[in-house]
Amino acid sequence: MSTPLLQVENLRIALQGDGDTYSAVENVSFEIGRGEAFGLVGESGCGKSITALAVMGLLRRPLSLGGGRIVLDGQEIQNVSAAEMRRLRGKRIAMIFQEPMTALNPLSPVGRQIAEMFVLHQGVGWSEAMDRAEEALRQVRVPSPERRIKDYPHQLSGGMRQRVMIAIALACGPDLLIADEPTTALDVTVQAEIIDLMAELCAAKGTAILMISHDLGLVANMCRRVAVMYAGRIVEAQVSGAIFAHPTHPYTRGLVDSLPRLGERSRRGRQKLREISGVVPSISGYPAGCRFNPRCPAVTDICRSNAPDITPLPANGLVRCHHHG
Amino acid sequence: MADALLKLDDLAVHFTIGHALAGGAKVLKAVDGVSLDVKPGECLGLVGESGCGKSTLALAIMGLVSPTKGRVHVDGQEISGDKSPDRMRMARTVQMVFQDPYASLNPRQTVRRTLSDPLRLHGISDKAENDRRVMDMLAKVGLRPDHADRYPHEFSGGQRQRIGIARALILEPKLVICDEPVSALDVSIRAQIINLLLELKDELGLAYIMISHDLGVVEHVSDRVAVMYLGRIVEQGGWQEIFENPRHPYTRALIAAIPDPFHRAVVTAKAKAHGEIASALKPPPGCHFHPRCPLKADICTVDAPLLEAVGTGHLAACHFRNSTS
Repeated sequence: MSTPLLQVENLRIALQGDGDTYSAVENVSFEIGRGEAFGLVGESGCGKSITALAVMGLLRRPLSLGGGRIVLDGQEIQNVSAAEMRRLRGKRIAMIFQEPMTALNPLSPVGRQIAEMFVLHQGVGWSEAMDRAEEALRQVRVPSPERRIKDYPHQLSGGMRQRVMIAIALACGPDLLIADEPTTALDVTVQAEIIDLMAELCAAKGTAILMISHDLGLVANMCRRVAVMYAGRIVEAQVSGAIFAHPTHPYTRGLVDSLPRLGERSRRGRQKLREISGVVPSISGYPAGCRFNPRCPAVTDICRSNAPDITPLPANGLVRCHHHG
Repeated sequence: MADALLKLDDLAVHFTIGHALAGGAKVLKAVDGVSLDVKPGECLGLVGESGCGKSTLALAIMGLVSPTKGRVHVDGQEISGDKSPDRMRMARTVQMVFQDPYASLNPRQTVRRTLSDPLRLHGISDKAENDRRVMDMLAKVGLRPDHADRYPHEFSGGQRQRIGIARALILEPKLVICDEPVSALDVSIRAQIINLLLELKDELGLAYIMISHDLGVVEHVSDRVAVMYLGRIVEQGGWQEIFENPRHPYTRALIAAIPDPFHRAVVTAKAKAHGEIASALKPPPGCHFHPRCPLKADICTVDAPLLEAVGTGHLAACHFRNSTS
C-alpha cells in the first residue's frame, strides 16, 4: 500500500486556561489517502475544528500542539518553521470555513483574492493571474465570471461567496482540502449544490478532502470514511455505509437513532425519538474513564474507571468502547 | 371553517425600502397573499429557505407587524385592519419559542422571574398560586424546582430551550409558534427537545406552527405542511402527501437536498434546484421559482400559477402540478 497523503498520529492539543492545562484533543489518529474524502463528525466543542487547525498549523494561544505527529506526504509538518508552513498552506493544504463572509477580505475584489494565490504560490504576474482567477470562478460555476471578478464579497450571496472560497482553496491544486462546516451557514438547496461542486472538483483534480461537520448524514453522503469524535477523542471510525448500518459505539448509535429521518414516519408511524440523555461535558469536567459514560445506556463499572482502548473493526475501522458490538 | 384557531386570508406584508428622494423607494413583498388556517391541536410545519418570508409571517400572526392587506383572525379575534389587537388577550393566545435560547432569555432575570412576571401581569398576584404554577411548568418541561432561582448562564443550551418553552407556555396559550426550535442546539440534545414539544402538544392540546428548514424534523412533528418561496405558499397539504407525493418542483428540490445516506427518498438528484433564491426586492416575474426550476417552460416566466387542488386538502402552485417527476 502506498503511503497515505496525511497521517495524524496520537495528536494532542493542549488548552491553557484557569491556571490549568487541559487536553482539548488527545490520542487522535487517522489517515487520509490520496484523493480520498474523509469526514470528521462531532458536536460543538468535541475538538474537530481544532484538529483541522492543527493540521493547518494554525493553532494559536491558548491552544498549542501538545504532542503527536502530523505527516503530509511522508514529511513531518508539526514542527516546520512558520515560513515553510506558509508555503504549504494554499499550495499543498487549503481550507474553507463555515462563514465565507468573515473568511474573505471585505476590502478586496474577489478576483484579486483568487489571483493572489497564483501570484504568491506560482509566481505569475498579476495580469495572467487575473485571467486565471476568471477561469477559476468559471470552474466553480459563478455566472458571468468576467463581471464577478470585480465584485466585492458583500455584493455576492452566501452561496456565491462559498464558491469563491472554493475557487481560492483549489486555485493551486492542493493535495488536501479541509472543509470546516462549509455549508452550515447556507440554505439547504444551496448546500446540496455546494457539496456536489466540492465533491466533483476534488474528484476531477484528485484532491483529498477532510470534511468537518456536525451533520453525520451530510458527511456520510460525501465521504468514503467517517470518524466520530466525542469530547476530544475519536470514538469510532468506519466506512460511511457501515457507520449508518452498524454503528458500534453507543454514542454513534445514539446519534444515528436520535434524529428524525426522512421517510421514517411513513414507514413506521411516529415513534418517540431515542434521546441521548444528559449534556456534552465541558473540557474542565471531562469524566474519568470513558468520557461518554455518564450518558451511556450500556455503562458499567469499568467505563467509569478505565478509558477504553482502541478495538480494530473491519476495513480499517476502529471503536473505542469496552462494550462495543 | 368556523373552528379554525388561526385563519390567514390573503395576507400580505409589504415593506418600503429606501426613500423616494434618495434613489427611489422599493417595495419588498415579504409576505404576498398567504391564506392558511390552523385548527386547535394541530401542528402546521412551515418550510422555506432564508428570505422566503416565514419569520415575517410569524410576526404578523403575533400581531407584531400590521398587514398591508388581507386578514388575520386568531381565536376569533381579528388583529388586522385598523383595529389594534388586544395585547393581553393575544399573549394568552399565541406565544413563540425562538431559535437561539442564548439570545432570547433575559440574562439578568432568574428563571422564576421570567416565568412569574407574565402570570402577575395577567392577574395571578397570589404568591402561592403564582409559585405553584411556576413549579408545575418547570416540572412539565423537565427542569428541577431548584432551577427556579438560577440565571440563564447557569444552564446548557438544551436546558435554556426548556426555559424558553416554559416561558411560552406559562400563560396557557392555544397556539405556539416554534421558530427553528432545535437548530441552535447540539445534535445529541435535539431529540430531547423534539420529544418534549410533542409530549406537551398532546398533554396540553396545543397547536403549533413549526418553522424549520430541517425536513426530517418537519416530517416527524407536522400534521400538515406549507412550503413557502419568496413570500408565497407554493404547496400545502397533509404531511404524508407532501413528503410522499410532492407536486411542486421546489418541494421536490428541498427533499432532494437532504443528505440521505440510505437513498430512500422518493425524489432523485434530478429534482435538485439550481442557483439561489432571488432577492425579494426583485422577484422574478411569473412563477418566482422559474429561474431555478428543472421543469421551467415559457408560461412560467409570464403567468404566476395559483394554488390549486391536486388532492384532498393538497394544494400546489405550479403550471405542471399534474405532471409526474
